[in-house]
Amino acid sequence: MKPRILTSLAAALLFAASGARAQTEIQWWHSMSGPLGDWVNDLAKDFNASQKDYRIVPTYKGTYDESMAGAVAAFRAGNAPHLLQVFEVGTATMMASKGAVMPVGEVMKLGGVKFEPAAYVPAVAGYYTAPSGQMLSFPFNSSTTVLFYNKDAFKAAGLDPAKAPRTWAELVAAAAKLKASGHKCPYTTSWQGWTQLESFSTWHNVEYATKNNGFGGPDARLTFNGPLHVRHIEDLANMARQGLFVYKGRGNAPDAPFVSGECAMVTTSSSVYGNLKRSAGFAFGISPLPYYQDVPGAPQNTIIGGASLWVMAGKKPTEYKGVAQFLAYLSRPEVAAASHQRTGYLPVTRAAYELTDKSGFYKNNPGTDVAVEQMIRKTTDKSRGVRLGNMLQIRTIVDEELEQVWAGKKSAKEGLDAAVKRGDEQLERFQRATKS
Amino acid sequence: MVERRPALTVLSHVVLMLGVLVVAFPLYVAFVASTQTSHEIQQAPMSLLPGSHALVNYRDALLGSAGSAGSNAPVARMMWVSLVSALIIALGKIAISLLSAFAIVYFRFPGRGLVFWSIFVTLMLPVEVRIGPTYQVVADLKMLNSYAGLTVPLIASATATFLFRQFFLTVPDELMEAARIDGAGPLRFLRDHLLPLSKTSMAALFVIQFIYGWNQYLWPLLVTTEEPMYPVVIGIKRMIAGGEAAVDWNIVMATALLAMIPPALVVVLMQRWFVKGLVDSEK
Amino acid sequence: MAQEKRVSYRSRWLPWLLLAPQGLVIAVFFFWPAGQALMQALQRQDAFGLGTEWVGLENFQALWNDPSYLASFRTTALFSVLVATFGLGLALLLAVMANRVLRGATVYKTLLIWPYAVAPAIAGVLWLFLFAPAVGVVAHQLQAWGLPWNHLLRGDHAMALVVMAAVWKQISYNFLFFLAGLQSIPKSLIEAAAIDGAGPWKRFWTITFPLLSPTSFFLLVINIVYAFFDTFGIIDAATQGGPGQETAVLVYKVYYDGFKALDLGGSAAQSVVLMTVVIVLTVLQFRFVERRVNY
Repeated sequence: MKPRILTSLAAALLFAASGARAQTEIQWWHSMSGPLGDWVNDLAKDFNASQKDYRIVPTYKGTYDESMAGAVAAFRAGNAPHLLQVFEVGTATMMASKGAVMPVGEVMKLGGVKFEPAAYVPAVAGYYTAPSGQMLSFPFNSSTTVLFYNKDAFKAAGLDPAKAPRTWAELVAAAAKLKASGHKCPYTTSWQGWTQLESFSTWHNVEYATKNNGFGGPDARLTFNGPLHVRHIEDLANMARQGLFVYKGRGNAPDAPFVSGECAMVTTSSSVYGNLKRSAGFAFGISPLPYYQDVPGAPQNTIIGGASLWVMAGKKPTEYKGVAQFLAYLSRPEVAAASHQRTGYLPVTRAAYELTDKSGFYKNNPGTDVAVEQMIRKTTDKSRGVRLGNMLQIRTIVDEELEQVWAGKKSAKEGLDAAVKRGDEQLERFQRATKS
Repeated sequence: MVERRPALTVLSHVVLMLGVLVVAFPLYVAFVASTQTSHEIQQAPMSLLPGSHALVNYRDALLGSAGSAGSNAPVARMMWVSLVSALIIALGKIAISLLSAFAIVYFRFPGRGLVFWSIFVTLMLPVEVRIGPTYQVVADLKMLNSYAGLTVPLIASATATFLFRQFFLTVPDELMEAARIDGAGPLRFLRDHLLPLSKTSMAALFVIQFIYGWNQYLWPLLVTTEEPMYPVVIGIKRMIAGGEAAVDWNIVMATALLAMIPPALVVVLMQRWFVKGLVDSEK
Repeated sequence: MAQEKRVSYRSRWLPWLLLAPQGLVIAVFFFWPAGQALMQALQRQDAFGLGTEWVGLENFQALWNDPSYLASFRTTALFSVLVATFGLGLALLLAVMANRVLRGATVYKTLLIWPYAVAPAIAGVLWLFLFAPAVGVVAHQLQAWGLPWNHLLRGDHAMALVVMAAVWKQISYNFLFFLAGLQSIPKSLIEAAAIDGAGPWKRFWTITFPLLSPTSFFLLVINIVYAFFDTFGIIDAATQGGPGQETAVLVYKVYYDGFKALDLGGSAAQSVVLMTVVIVLTVLQFRFVERRVNY
């Protein structure tokens, strides 16, 4: 009798001891749907399985702006999530809301996690770093601007499919040949503000806005109506008139015509790679964003798109420890490398890049290192990126004005001047609002 | 008509048939698209004859197809959400308005005029005019992504209250006096006498409000961000907004048709009530 | 119809109990948010509400000086006029025809009223699909006929698209009311005019149309309110206010500024303006249309 009771007691005690440690739940709001949503869920699942103290709960909260609006409302109501995925366009807003966010650097310190900002790819992490050098948010899914082209269409037009257009002059020539061979949509572009103005500026090491493109403070103002920008938009407008450039809508709507084979070339986010690999019915190539040969300093580096993870303020220290553990988990070379290879997003750390390189991934999947190459160079003050307030409204304004230019209603100079003027108004309002 | 003019009668039929055709055309195209594969649709122009993939498409839509970058929430679930919210809204509106109208018409109490006017004022506050702050209130009350959040802010209806008020005013006073003599209190009167008489109005209102609830767009767009709570109308919009992949138009059209069926059924089957409800509720 | 009951119940607490559900809902979800909107319209806040500044009428001034807001007014006005004109005109034509035919009237009626059941957003999606520059059946046909349809680039095409979707949806509603109105016109009047020798065209313009005017006016107000508010779904589904801002109606701007740009003060100010518009329209509707022909 006695031994049995003892064993049962011991078992009960052990059971109680293991179950007594309640798991701390960490709420993570994100905007990744489809296969990317699966990626997020797998990351959470693997992290939860790797330790017992914390449980990450990812929830899809709509598109980036919906999720942000929801988080803002939740914060006001006192129940914000712990982690929020915010698109790069919302960075300035988050940065200015000092009482609402907890810088990643501080979170890592609280969590007792060794944190080396230098381990992260500079062009990526630098975007999310304060002027003081403190990292504010965690780079999670970053992409950059690349050129995809349809190799089969090239061959059919008499172009060499292995030779991607490197300069804008080459691109125009290729487009002309495609059109001559009957192709109805030689070139189009997604995210036109991002690819044709923002990334274009950093790629050519010219200013998009004053104060180092906004990194220096909220009193930055726009400068993308300079001679080089006007020249480029004029070139595109000419292409549009000749039917070499076909406008296919805002945001990433033009990706679909490229994936379906309707358009032969597209400048868009490198993250389209995953979808292309899966659904494209043709051979495709990736190459860096085209540049103007005669501009000194070009090509410099492109800027990031995508989103980062922000930690919201007002949570308990144990919860921050959990967040720190999760972010450390995401930064592990194997995890970061796997994420990079699975999604096409840039590797977050240098170690992840080197690991992927050593594994031969880039050799087996040619073109996947194009995006990284563009970002891994040392950045200049003008090329670190663009960080401005009310960036979402500015991008919409740019969309509206460029559409006028493509439709022939305004000249390139008029359109860019109007965009700068309207955009500056947005920057003024942001400056006023954040001062209060 | 007054005199026989065959030519004019023929013209009338022609015009009417043209009208029916134009009205039905988008629906027909949607139906054809829902029976073809995504690839066939991409080969513009799409053939105008039905394809052979109807079953596959509808099954994919209802159960949710994996692999598309947009929302691929199972339409079956979304239809359920729409059904539940539309029913809550319709029945809730009828119940609340009935009680309010009864109170306003059959009771004398201080402040009655004020109550009447406050209800009237809400006519001038459609949800589109107060979306920001109403959203905040709902978020504060932690009602986001719930049936409560989807329905309660829409459940007060000035038009329904006025409809019942008009109707009650036409009920002869003798009825109430007779009930009183019989010893029935106000609630008994409501239940045994007024309710049976109001059946027609209730049916008419039900049709209008069910359609209203089912077709809600702006409010659910703000209040639901999690897939399990999308009503089907929102689900369709999110399918088109899907990220990098080409839109699966065949699934989108199949979903659109599925989404149209319940309200269309209600309209067609309850046509008499529907017409009465429309005409009466605007008085 | 009596406006008051001769007899009524007296109870202290029962009426309040009966009114409680509605009262609660409208207090919490109508009046409180409306008050908040008025307050926020006079403030400027950052997105998270950490800093609030009272700025008086500055938000309204900013709206007044903002060319894109004024443009939005013009866009909304244009949109409403087009939707009301075509919606009413086509519906009237169909109703007149339906009133004429003896056989099959019910069938036509059934076939014409079901679009009422279609959600505006779905109507937008259907018409978007028909006119999508790449895959749309109608777009393709137009291009074959030499008209380069592209609502992504051309504001007039985009406006045409949303107007078509909005009118398509609204025709059934207008049709029903016109038909009811036509059927309530005493036949004796028409017959008298016919005996006097008036042809159908003359009869329509001298008798039918004037007698329809209460219905027409009522429908005009309803259609304008519809165009102002209920068409959000169509615009969001089809054009999202683009290209440029050519289809950004007032309601769409309120949504965009409040939920995408997170500019709560500006969005609240716009809401207040919209509230004023609704009040004016509702007052018009009740003042001038109250004395209506019974159906």
